[in-house]
Amino acid sequence: MEDMKNKFAVLGKSVPRVETPFKATGRAKYAADYEMAGMLWGKVKRAPYAHARILSIDTSKAERLPGVKGIVVGKDFGGFKWGWQAHTRDESPLATDKVRYMYEGVAAVAAVNKDIAEEACDLIDVQYEELPAVFDPFEAMKEGAPLVHEDKPRNILVEYHWNFGDVDKAFADSYLVREDLFQTPRQSKGYIEPPAVLAWWEHGTLHYIGSKGSPYMLWRIFGRAFNLPLNKVRVIQPIIGCDFGGTKNDGHALDFSAILLAKKTGRPVKIVYSQWEELTTCLRRHAMWVRIKMGLTKDGLITGLYTNVVADGGAYARMSPVTMYLTNGFCTLPYKIDNFRTDTWNIYTNNPMAAAMRGHGMYHTRYAIDCQLDLMAKELGIDPVEIRLRNSIDNPKPGETYYTVNKLRVATCGVKECIEESAKLFEWDKYHKTKKNGGPIARGAGIGASGYLSGARLTGHNSCSAIVRVNEDGSVNVQTGASDVGQGSDTAMCAIAAEVLGIGMKDVEIKRVDTSYNYPDPGSYGSRVTIYAGEATMKAAEDAKQQLLEAAAKEMNIFAEELEIRDKKVFMKADEARFLPWLDVVRAACYANIGNVVIGRGVSRKGTKGFSPKAFSTGEGDVGTNYGFAAQINEVEVDTETGVVRCTENSAMADDCGFPLNPTIVETQCIGGSYHQSISSALYEEFVMDKGSTVNPNWIDLKRPRVYEAPFPKFAHVITNDPYGPFGVKECSEATTCTGAPAVINAIYDAVGVMIKNMPATPEKVWRALKEKREAEKKK
Amino acid sequence: MKENTRDIKFTLNGKEVEITVNPKMLLLDLLREELKLTGTRTGCEVSACGACTVNLDGKAVRACSILAAQVNGHEVVTIEGVADGEKLHPIQEAMVNHGAIECGFCTSGMVMSARALLLENPRATREDIKRALQGNMCADSGYVKYVEAVEMAAKVMQGK
Ligand code: FES
Repeated sequence: MEDMKNKFAVLGKSVPRVETPFKATGRAKYAADYEMAGMLWGKVKRAPYAHARILSIDTSKAERLPGVKGIVVGKDFGGFKWGWQAHTRDESPLATDKVRYMYEGVAAVAAVNKDIAEEACDLIDVQYEELPAVFDPFEAMKEGAPLVHEDKPRNILVEYHWNFGDVDKAFADSYLVREDLFQTPRQSKGYIEPPAVLAWWEHGTLHYIGSKGSPYMLWRIFGRAFNLPLNKVRVIQPIIGCDFGGTKNDGHALDFSAILLAKKTGRPVKIVYSQWEELTTCLRRHAMWVRIKMGLTKDGLITGLYTNVVADGGAYARMSPVTMYLTNGFCTLPYKIDNFRTDTWNIYTNNPMAAAMRGHGMYHTRYAIDCQLDLMAKELGIDPVEIRLRNSIDNPKPGETYYTVNKLRVATCGVKECIEESAKLFEWDKYHKTKKNGGPIARGAGIGASGYLSGARLTGHNSCSAIVRVNEDGSVNVQTGASDVGQGSDTAMCAIAAEVLGIGMKDVEIKRVDTSYNYPDPGSYGSRVTIYAGEATMKAAEDAKQQLLEAAAKEMNIFAEELEIRDKKVFMKADEARFLPWLDVVRAACYANIGNVVIGRGVSRKGTKGFSPKAFSTGEGDVGTNYGFAAQINEVEVDTETGVVRCTENSAMADDCGFPLNPTIVETQCIGGSYHQSISSALYEEFVMDKGSTVNPNWIDLKRPRVYEAPFPKFAHVITNDPYGPFGVKECSEATTCTGAPAVINAIYDAVGVMIKNMPATPEKVWRALKEKREAEKKK
Repeated sequence: MKENTRDIKFTLNGKEVEITVNPKMLLLDLLREELKLTGTRTGCEVSACGACTVNLDGKAVRACSILAAQVNGHEVVTIEGVADGEKLHPIQEAMVNHGAIECGFCTSGMVMSARALLLENPRATREDIKRALQGNMCADSGYVKYVEAVEMAAKVMQGK
């Protein structure tokens, strides 16, 4: 780490993030903070059934309400449907023929204020014929179950069956084989900023400001939905209050409704979802039933793995085909597994939709595998850290590549070092030797290890490009199509440009994405931003630098190759005393010819060889550009009288993100991903459902991680310098979104000997498991 | 129907404000919609997330659960009133420099809760800080650096 730090002037250092002074003073503008003259407020009318045919919609009463300026219903969208791929286009902006989940939107109103819009929604009279509904994916798969979509037999949204190596033989040869069923809960995304949009039409162009982490996805969808060429779709990005995949990546009723209402009324329309709307109707993490069977040798080496996973996809397909690929395809990381088989299904139900979420897919199977591994380690008498070290993929030597059995390409892998580092920081051995339990509180520690892809590349538009513009006063603008949703990528892009150009962070500025002025980019998901936008920015800055060096060379009467820039000086490499100040060079370059503008361009080439979703049917291939790894250890306290579990501050985490461009950002990301999106589901969070209705759609009844139980991990950066990432980088924080849950569940197992196989480990579940254990022990 | 209104007068970020409000208007709506102070965020509207935290007579309160009319005669400070012009308050500065802030949606509330705490107890311990921030939900930082930043700010404010 130390020598890496000194290699660069800006990178590898924890410079403060570029936009946080605006956030700290409340000046940062999120979507809901924008307003315009003449603006109307919109509201979505929602259906009170999980599955019902729409017989009629009568808007006349609502139209007569003073202050109502426009109403739209599903049919006004002209039959438009969208989805991730052509064959999954199953969703309309507002329901047309029938509603498929509770509170699906059926109409939308624009009025002069929020109250009137809401009142008008109440006045819209919709007649329904309630239909039999299905909420359990296992019921939904049965012949004769109600169909959510008439053209999807047995409600199967997608299924994959893969086979690598010979799993049956592996099991037959194993010393120990075990099968367990693990279950992951329905989890919210947990962002505090509810989705919001302001839409208007100007000069024949659709203008849209919305809280979206992938603006170009909407750019294309809106183009199709409103029959516009892409040059007339302007998606402007405000500051985003987190994304994590799902609603803020994709469209939802508010987006289309605001746009059509704005068209109809000729006025800007703003819709801000309430947190209730977010938590009842927006995209959530899939609930999954993960049945796994694993074989081990006597020494604890994994011989084979079989996964049988059923997921509740909810009412519409969204990203579910990708989810099921990731859930199973990444089971072969971070441990060596030569024999691997999968049978997996994603099922339509009349529940709210599920979609991508941080740690997408992999989070489910990592929980199952890493917890089953501890159960088996115990049977074999092997320490949890030790069994992971024995199975971990080794870091390939430089130039060499490790291929998993399903052909994931791993050029660097620091998982062993992550496990060792976190064990060292936690003082794992000492902890287990000196741990004292007394009274009703039992303490224990558990470990989780994982990998995660970075630079997701699926076919479709995958490129990313950047422009670095050097202005005549020496200031620099960086522009990419990539989105900072809170992860810090704007800072990373500025740092990369500053590094390459030899200038300071203060000299570089980045603006939010505007699809009329930036370059198409898939968006913020699959840990792809720093990999692709980072490469594009690096190349754009190099291009600009070259132009500057040439101008300087002319001034200095030498060759550009002889020059370098550092600390805002362009100097001769052989004689550093010969130099020109940055500003002089910039001026020379800008004024060399009339009309000269210094613009560097860069395009990422990493993602251009896309992974075809066709390969989902075989499960073979490499969807990532490279792979990040992590390990973490958590301590918990279990109150054996009440079943209450809490994390203590005592914890350790190590992350291999290749090279941390900004160590502080990496730490905050990794710690946050682990706590908010992983430990949350291990200990607290679960949507309670009753016939398609979310019973706890608010943060009083739906528990989310709070500060008083936050672990304070000791943190280690593991540097592996991946050849496929700019400056050696790989993903950070999606791997720790996969390690948090198993670490905590394994810690409970260590503390009290019960393995919670259906998260979250609520006090009731833990208390019951302890009672069962006591009764079983008595019987013995 | 005659609109029922109420005239109120209060101090907002050091300045006197006189305004006529609807008695059912929330302080949050008064700040965001009427006075255009959008730094106070709307997260949950049920006192659960803390994004709307402001200081009322120096105490941290949720603007989504207080009526505008209730601040009549009182002193309100919002996130816009914390910095001294362009100079950040030590709490803000520590949060920026220590890398606590990610998406930033909870930040206004975090600053306001921490400000109220340090006004009341400049020597706040880590446990005090955790208690003061327990009503402020964050979705991405893991809280660690927020707590540490408040610890740092407390030291700076005590001249240490
Ligand atoms: S908006 Fe007031 S506490 Fe959440």
